[in-house]
Amino acid sequence: MTQVETMTKSGTILQAINAAIADAMAEDDKVIVLGEDVADPEEGGIVGVTRGLSSRFGDHRVRSTPIAEQAIVGAAIGASLVGYKPIAEIMLMNFTTVAMDMIVNHAAKLRYMSGGQTNVPIVVRTMTGTGFASGGQHSDYLEAWFAHTAGMKVVAPSNPADAYGLMRAAIKDPDPVLFIENLPAYWTPGELAQPGHVVPLGKARMVKEGSDVTIVSYSRVLNEVVGAVKEMEEAGVSAEIIDLRTISPWDKEAVFASVAKTGRCLITHEAVTQFGVGAEIAATLHSEFFGKLKAPVGRLGAPYAPVPFSKPLESAYAPNAATIAREAIGLVK
Amino acid sequence: MVKSNVVDGATQLEIYKRVALLKANDERSRKVIMNGRLVMPYYSYRGQEVIPAAMMTALRDDDYLVTIYRGIHDMLAKGMPLNDLWAEIAGRIDGTCKGKGGPMHLTYPQKGIMVTTGIVGSSMPIANGIAWGSQLSGNDRVTVATFGDGASNIGAFHESLNLASVWKLPVIFLCQNNRYGEHTSYEKSTSTARIADRAASYDMPGIHVNGNDPVEMYTAAREAVERARAGEGPTLIEAMTFRFYGHVFGDADGYMDKAQKKAAMEADPVPAFRARLIAESIASEDELAAIEAEIESRIDRAVEFALASPFPELDELTKDVYAEGALA
Repeated sequence: MTQVETMTKSGTILQAINAAIADAMAEDDKVIVLGEDVADPEEGGIVGVTRGLSSRFGDHRVRSTPIAEQAIVGAAIGASLVGYKPIAEIMLMNFTTVAMDMIVNHAAKLRYMSGGQTNVPIVVRTMTGTGFASGGQHSDYLEAWFAHTAGMKVVAPSNPADAYGLMRAAIKDPDPVLFIENLPAYWTPGELAQPGHVVPLGKARMVKEGSDVTIVSYSRVLNEVVGAVKEMEEAGVSAEIIDLRTISPWDKEAVFASVAKTGRCLITHEAVTQFGVGAEIAATLHSEFFGKLKAPVGRLGAPYAPVPFSKPLESAYAPNAATIAREAIGLVK
Repeated sequence: MVKSNVVDGATQLEIYKRVALLKANDERSRKVIMNGRLVMPYYSYRGQEVIPAAMMTALRDDDYLVTIYRGIHDMLAKGMPLNDLWAEIAGRIDGTCKGKGGPMHLTYPQKGIMVTTGIVGSSMPIANGIAWGSQLSGNDRVTVATFGDGASNIGAFHESLNLASVWKLPVIFLCQNNRYGEHTSYEKSTSTARIADRAASYDMPGIHVNGNDPVEMYTAAREAVERARAGEGPTLIEAMTFRFYGHVFGDADGYMDKAQKKAAMEADPVPAFRARLIAESIASEDELAAIEAEIESRIDRAVEFALASPFPELDELTKDVYAEGALA
């Protein structure tokens, strides 16, 4: 696990990702950006994550594309094969389904199928998450599909400093990285990283030490875990909180070390529980710690249902501080 | 066949050398499979040799190719070495992909052979990206994406042609129209009389040529290459041809029109090209026979090299998933 470096300014995840891409582009002219609406004449993305980049670096390096996800990811792959470091925006995570052939059959596998002759150093940025009443096709967390695909790396930051550092690492990485951004959490403030700060892929972050139960999470739900601390403490439960940051490859060492100490674990994420990332981690922990666990590993995700529109249903869909506290306390008591 | 001196004799002979190599290599591949010396899914390109032979002759070594599962003719014409090719399709460590790609995923960047895809239509989006790289770098390299007629019905074709046109990419979309997509005929699957007609939707030239005619094919290829190199944007070439041995080698051809197939095989473009070179005194019978004999012996050596090469060690199973030393 790495320690977060000294931080000075505060800002949002949106600003952090924008700054990370800008700093990478300033450092390396092979870094290029493409996607729907990403250039400034199109307002630098639907929420402005790439705003300012085309004006600063030129519209040859920051290109708005047609609404054509296969063409976007394909162009990123092709450019990466000849020395570029493309950052492709697939606006919403549900739209990655339209580009799955390019991501799964090509980006993830070309290094392997070519026997290491070629590689695909691309970042596919995508945003998602419940909270904006976007319903069933604009809010899904589909990270398990990509984590299940050999050759892909999957990253999901929960705060501005990590968003910056993970984006810098993802751009530098020689292999394809899916970078998941939570849409409603873009404007959540936090401390910003120093320019040049890199968070290595595959390294989790210890958010809070504790003794009774390890809670593993990532992306926006990590902040719900932090929000559950007070209620857990009031119930006499000391939680150790780990922000996975990189979903695949996940930091087994960090999670194992924590579970060896606490003997209990809850994995929580916004994706559907069934066949989710929590299932993989739970199975691994049961194999590693069978007989030593004080309780079965718990999983808390979304129910087996598409994301609903109606506000009370949508609010009940993803884990929140109250449901997380209840689950964690239930594992201990 | 176009009777024409628009392509000089030396170029025609160069095209023929590639044609002869492709034909001999396909014949040997089927023979080696039939003899049981190699086991692999094989998508014969017999009958389509002239298209890549002419196309790649119009390219430079440093131009790029993205091809498909029925693409060994494209790669050989672009310069993939026989030993690397044969060892790969035999699944051996000396193969160009260490045996991990196989006949559907051959890759050889030294000759610009960047990707071979087993997914219909997927050569085109990636070719665009390579071409975008050339455009960004300011070099004049051209990228060719090959695909079959069936691929012109998949979304990736339309997304790719549109983007290539909007971005004026130095890319050539080379459709080898062999009249069948898997087992379904062109007529049953494709809305337009010609695939070349679809280029109009994307505001690019759509060239319909007899892909079995080396002069016609080379002329179209050369024009598209010049256009791409000059920064004038993409071209769609629809090269008409016919595949002699079905979708995958061993299929029973029950879906094919027998008379159509018979006529196509009787009009085999390779002996026709050969006869014309002699008739037009571009080469003598003896010269061509010598070229062909040399090809046979090169293939002999490649097959033996491949079959003598070791299989990969089992530790290769999990190598190359990520970069060496990267987290796994």
